[in-house]
Amino acid sequence: MDKVVKTLREAIQLSGLKDGGRISFHHHLRNGDYVLNMVMEELASMGFKNLSVNASSLFDCHLPLIDHIKNGVVTEIITDYVSGGFGAALSEGVLEKPVQFYTHGGRPAAIINGSTPIDVAFIGAPTADTMGNMTGKIGKSACGSMGYAYADAMYAEKVIAITDNLVPYPLPMPSIDETYVDYVVSVDEIGNPAGIVSGTTKITRDPVGLVMAETAAKAIKASGLLKDGFSFQTGAGGATLAAAQFVKDIMIKENIKGSFGCGGVTGYMVDMLNAGCFESLVDVQCFDLKAVESIRTNPKHVEVSAMRYASPFAKSAAVDSLDVVLLGATEVDVDFNVNVHTDSNGRMMGGSGGHSDTAAGAKMAMIIAPLSRARLPIVTERVFCKSTPGNTVDVLVTQKGVAVNPARPELAAALKDGGIKVVDIQELKKAAEQLCGSPKPLVRGDRVLADIIYRDGTLLDRIYNVK
Amino acid sequence: MRRSMLFLPGNTPNIILNGDCLGSDAIILDLEDAVAPDQKDAARVLVRNAIKYLQFPGIEKIIRINSLDTTYWKKDLDEMIPLKPELIMTPKTSCREDVLQFDAYITELEEKLGYEKNTVKLIPLIETALGVEHAFEIASACDRVAAIFLGAEDLSADLHCKRTKGGAEILYARGRMVMAARAAGVDVYDTPFTDVNDDEGIRVDAELAKSLGFTGKASISPRHVGVINEVFSPTQKEIDYAYEVMEVIRIAKEQGRGAIALHGKMVDAPIVARAQQTIEMAKALGLGREE
Amino acid sequence: MESSDVYMELEPIAGENEIVLQSVVERQFGDSIRALLSETLKEEGISNVKLNVVDRGALECTLRARLEVLLSRSRGGENA
Repeated sequence: MDKVVKTLREAIQLSGLKDGGRISFHHHLRNGDYVLNMVMEELASMGFKNLSVNASSLFDCHLPLIDHIKNGVVTEIITDYVSGGFGAALSEGVLEKPVQFYTHGGRPAAIINGSTPIDVAFIGAPTADTMGNMTGKIGKSACGSMGYAYADAMYAEKVIAITDNLVPYPLPMPSIDETYVDYVVSVDEIGNPAGIVSGTTKITRDPVGLVMAETAAKAIKASGLLKDGFSFQTGAGGATLAAAQFVKDIMIKENIKGSFGCGGVTGYMVDMLNAGCFESLVDVQCFDLKAVESIRTNPKHVEVSAMRYASPFAKSAAVDSLDVVLLGATEVDVDFNVNVHTDSNGRMMGGSGGHSDTAAGAKMAMIIAPLSRARLPIVTERVFCKSTPGNTVDVLVTQKGVAVNPARPELAAALKDGGIKVVDIQELKKAAEQLCGSPKPLVRGDRVLADIIYRDGTLLDRIYNVK
Repeated sequence: MRRSMLFLPGNTPNIILNGDCLGSDAIILDLEDAVAPDQKDAARVLVRNAIKYLQFPGIEKIIRINSLDTTYWKKDLDEMIPLKPELIMTPKTSCREDVLQFDAYITELEEKLGYEKNTVKLIPLIETALGVEHAFEIASACDRVAAIFLGAEDLSADLHCKRTKGGAEILYARGRMVMAARAAGVDVYDTPFTDVNDDEGIRVDAELAKSLGFTGKASISPRHVGVINEVFSPTQKEIDYAYEVMEVIRIAKEQGRGAIALHGKMVDAPIVARAQQTIEMAKALGLGREE
Repeated sequence: MESSDVYMELEPIAGENEIVLQSVVERQFGDSIRALLSETLKEEGISNVKLNVVDRGALECTLRARLEVLLSRSRGGENA
C-alpha cells in the first residue's frame, strides 16, 4: 500500500472537499510557487465554489487567484502577508468578505484552536516519499525550512502532499512525517527555483540605510543586551540586514558568544552562525540559497514549526526568548504603532508576517525606517492601519535620530549613555513634516477591505477602502 | 572641529537632502566635477535652495565652486555667498593671485550684502604641481584662507604618474602641504581615498594622513566617514595623557619649578601645546577623561 | 530620473497656462504642487505655456529650483 494518487483531481475527489470548504497552502516556494495556482485551477475546473483559502502568504505569482475570486470559486482569503501586486488587486475590492490578516504566530494558533479550521491542506513538498514523509531541504525545488506548513499538516482534516521529487519509502529525516499525510501527488514542477529563493539577499548600499543600520547596531550595544547569550532576529529588508552585519562586527570584535539567531533566515545570519556569533539558528523559513544549503548540512541550523517560532498559545515559542528584533515599517506613528500592511495610498502591500509576533516577544523591538521616503513622511500622527501595536515597540531608528518608547525610560537612558542621539518621536514627526510638507491625509471609505487579527486572535484594526 | 568632509554631488536632490545625517563634520556641496557642464545652472540653484530651506543645522557647509578658467565661478559665488556657507572651496588653486582673485570678488559681495569681511572663509583645493610648489603662499595669501586641501587625483595626472593606494607618488605633496599649512597657521585636509569598498585601505590611508599632521580628510563615500572620524579623534589614552600633562604643569607652576617630567619624559612647551589641542578637541567631541 | 527629483518642460500654447502633472505623490501633494507651480508662473509673468511635469517626490525647494532653472533657460539664460 502507498498513498500515491495518480492525479491531483483524484486526490481532491478522495479528500471529500465540498463547496464552501476550507483549504490551505504554505508560502515556502514564495514567488516561484506553482502549487497554489495548479490546485486552484483544478478546483475551478471541477466546479468548486465558495472556497476559503488560507495561505500563509500570497505573492504576485498568485495573481490568477484574483480571477477565481471574481468567478466565485474563492470567497474568503486568510493570509499573513500579500505582496504589492497581489495586494493592489485585492485593494480593488474584488473580495466581498474582508481579507483576514493573521500573523505567522497567530495563524497556526488559530488553526489549532479551531478559529480557522482547515478541511484540506495542499502542501507543496520539494521532496516526498510514497507515504508522505516530506522535506524542503532537498530536491530541485528545495526551499529549506517548511516551518509554516506544520500546523496545516498536523491539524487539517485531509492532507495532500504535492511533490516534484517523489522518492522511495522511507525518506530519511523528513520535516513533516507520514503520520499526518493522506495522499501524495507527483507533478512535473512545484515551482520555479529562481522565484523560490533568491541567489543572494543583498545588503543595502543606500547611504541613509547604512547610517540607520550603524546607528541601530550602536543602539543594540548601548542597550546592554549585546552580551554572551544574545539572541537576535532581523528582517530581510535592506537596512535591517546591514544592521545585522554591523552587529556581527561588534560581536566578533568583542568576542561575544550569542545563543541563537531566529526567523526567516538569510545568508547573513548563516555567516553569523558560522562565525561563532550563535550556538544555533532557529529557522522557520529560508530566504536564500545559502540558508537552504546551511539548513541541509549544518545540524546547528534547526528547522522549526511556525508554532515553535511564534505561536502566542504555545507553552513557549522562540520569539519569547528573543533579546532583539530588527524590523522595518511603512509608517510609524507617535504612539509607536507600526503599519506594514498598506502603502502610502492605502493599498495593501504587505502584512504582519512575524512582525507583531517578534515585537511582542523580544526584549527590545527596534524599527528601522527613514524619516521620509521620496516626499512621504514615515513618522506620522496616526498610522493608516495598525499592524503592530505601539506598546510592543521599543525603539525607532531614523537617520535623524532615535526615538524610544516613553514606557521604556531606562532604555532611553542607556541609549543616551551609549552616545546615541535620542529624540522625542514628536520631534521626528515634526522634522519629517518640515522636510516634506503636510501630506493630504487619505480619506477612508466605509467599506472594510481587510481585518487585521492580532496574534492572540483579537481584532486589532481594519483596512478600509480609500476614497 | 572638522575631521571629515564629505563630497555630495550638487545636482542630486535625494543625496543632498540627507547630507546632514551621513556622519561627517562637514559636507562639500559640489558644483564642479560632479556636475555636467550643461547642468551647472541647475546644480547652483538646487544647492542654493537646499541650503536656504533645509539649512543643515549642526553641520558645516562647504561649497566647491567652479575654477577661475570657467565662466561659472562668479555666478556660483553670486548665489552662494548670500547664504553664508562656512567655506568656499576653490578648485585648481595654483598661486597666491588665484586666491586673491576669489577673495576680491567675495569681499565685493560681502560688502554689497552688508556682511562683515571674511564671513565666508576659503579652503583652496591644491591639485596641480604648481599649486603644491606654491602651497605656502596660497595658505598665507589672505586672512580669508582657513585651510588648504590636497586633491591627489588631478595632481597625479599633472605629475605624469599613476595614483596608487600606497600613495608614494603624493608623499612629497602631502608633506609639503602640511608644512605650508602649519607654517601659515591654517588647517590642512587630505585627499579622499577613492576605493569605496576597501574598508581596510581607508583606515591605513587615514592613519598615514594623521601621522603626517593633517587636520582631517575628505571623502567621496559616506562609508568612509566613520573611519575618518575615528582616526582623527583623540583616543581615550591620548585624552587621559593630555589631562595628566596639564595636571603636572599646574603643579609645577604652583611649586615654581621649570622643568618637569611625566612618566620619565620631559614635558616641554610643544607637549603642553599638543595636550591643549587634544583636550580642546575632546571637549568638542563630548569626550571626557576616564575616571 | 532619481527619486526625490522632478523633470519639467515648457511648451507654448494658445490658451491659458496649463500644468500637466504626473507624480508619485499625487494623492498627498498633487494639488499643492500644481498650486506652487502655477503661482510661480504667474509671479514670473509667464503666460500661454503648458508645463509638463514628471515628479518623483521632489521637495518644495527642489520643485522651485527646477522651475526657476527652466524659466531662466527659456529666457535665454545659461544652457538655454
